[in-house]
Amino acid sequence: MKPLSVVVRTGCDMFAWFLVVFGAYVIIHGDVTPGGGFQGGAIVATFVALLLVAHGGEKVLGWIKLDIYNGFLTTGLLLFLLLAFSGMGNAFLYNFLAVPEAVAQAGGAHGIIPPSGTIALMDIAVGLEVAGGLTLIIMYMFKGSIMTNISEIGGETGHDNW
Amino acid sequence: MKKTIFIMAALIIAGLMFGALDTIHPFGQPGDFAMDDYYIHHALEERSSENIVTSIVFDYRGFDTIGEAAVLFTAVCSILALFREGARKQ
Amino acid sequence: MIIGNLPFLTVGILFLIGLLAILREKNMIKIAIGITIIESAVNMFLIVLGYRLGGDIPVHFLKGEVDAMVLPTPQALTLTAIVIALATSALMLSVIMLLFKHYGTLNVDEIRRLRG
Repeated sequence: MKPLSVVVRTGCDMFAWFLVVFGAYVIIHGDVTPGGGFQGGAIVATFVALLLVAHGGEKVLGWIKLDIYNGFLTTGLLLFLLLAFSGMGNAFLYNFLAVPEAVAQAGGAHGIIPPSGTIALMDIAVGLEVAGGLTLIIMYMFKGSIMTNISEIGGETGHDNW
Repeated sequence: MKKTIFIMAALIIAGLMFGALDTIHPFGQPGDFAMDDYYIHHALEERSSENIVTSIVFDYRGFDTIGEAAVLFTAVCSILALFREGARKQ
Repeated sequence: MIIGNLPFLTVGILFLIGLLAILREKNMIKIAIGITIIESAVNMFLIVLGYRLGGDIPVHFLKGEVDAMVLPTPQALTLTAIVIALATSALMLSVIMLLFKHYGTLNVDEIRRLRG
């Protein structure tokens, strides 16, 4: 894919990193506002999609190392299973970190873990997994589409001649 | 000939489906909601989380979420396996 | 009649459009589009089932002064269904790409005639 014109590239450079910050906000505030793990992970995955459309395929393949997203995917799934097996004293998937609201209002909550317990931690794990998984899908399908490139009869429009 | 059979079959299927959609319940008045009323009234006291949908997805019904994470992982693994560049035999 | 329940009528019409696209089209990508239309219609049907008149959003932080909320369980089931629809459509498109690379055409009748 060829890079698009200079207007599109400037707009992409301005907004690309804000997508990551907004996606992290939606993931972390999963138990207060609407959203959660899956929605925030999909927002973080549009970062690579925007770069791929604006800057062209060859440059982006040089910038991105795919091992980081592989690490996200496996870390997310393993953390989720670890949290599921940790409450095995009572039951599978037992919420062993939750504090009821009456106790939390009187000041009995933990320091850094929110009073909803494993709900907030599972949000972060699933958000990591979905972000890594969707990015890997996009990059590997793009690499596969280079294989089936027939010659451009009409050519693509919208590029500059740079 | 084939076209008339197809149109008649499509009309019969459409009629049956719209008839079934009509007899579920009127829009806005669900039938029985005892389980959802328990979730609405007790999610804030027990779990101290203000988002009821997230507490259902991850705590009250967390087993389905494990299956869904596994489905996503399997899809990513199979796409990686389809687009691999293997060694070509000479 | 069903004209009174307008959301259920919309779900039925979307489902029929997707079904017609699967049965009558010859291009492989159009068939894949029809499958995703059917999956979207089913997700919408799940959400429409759980509405209560006079209800509000099931989040304690954002609701107004009303006392009733809509049912939250179908919304939780729809989240899972959306992710599964994404996984199946990604795999479908990858298989279509490999078929095009092997046969050179996207027409279903041509592929049936060639047979590898």
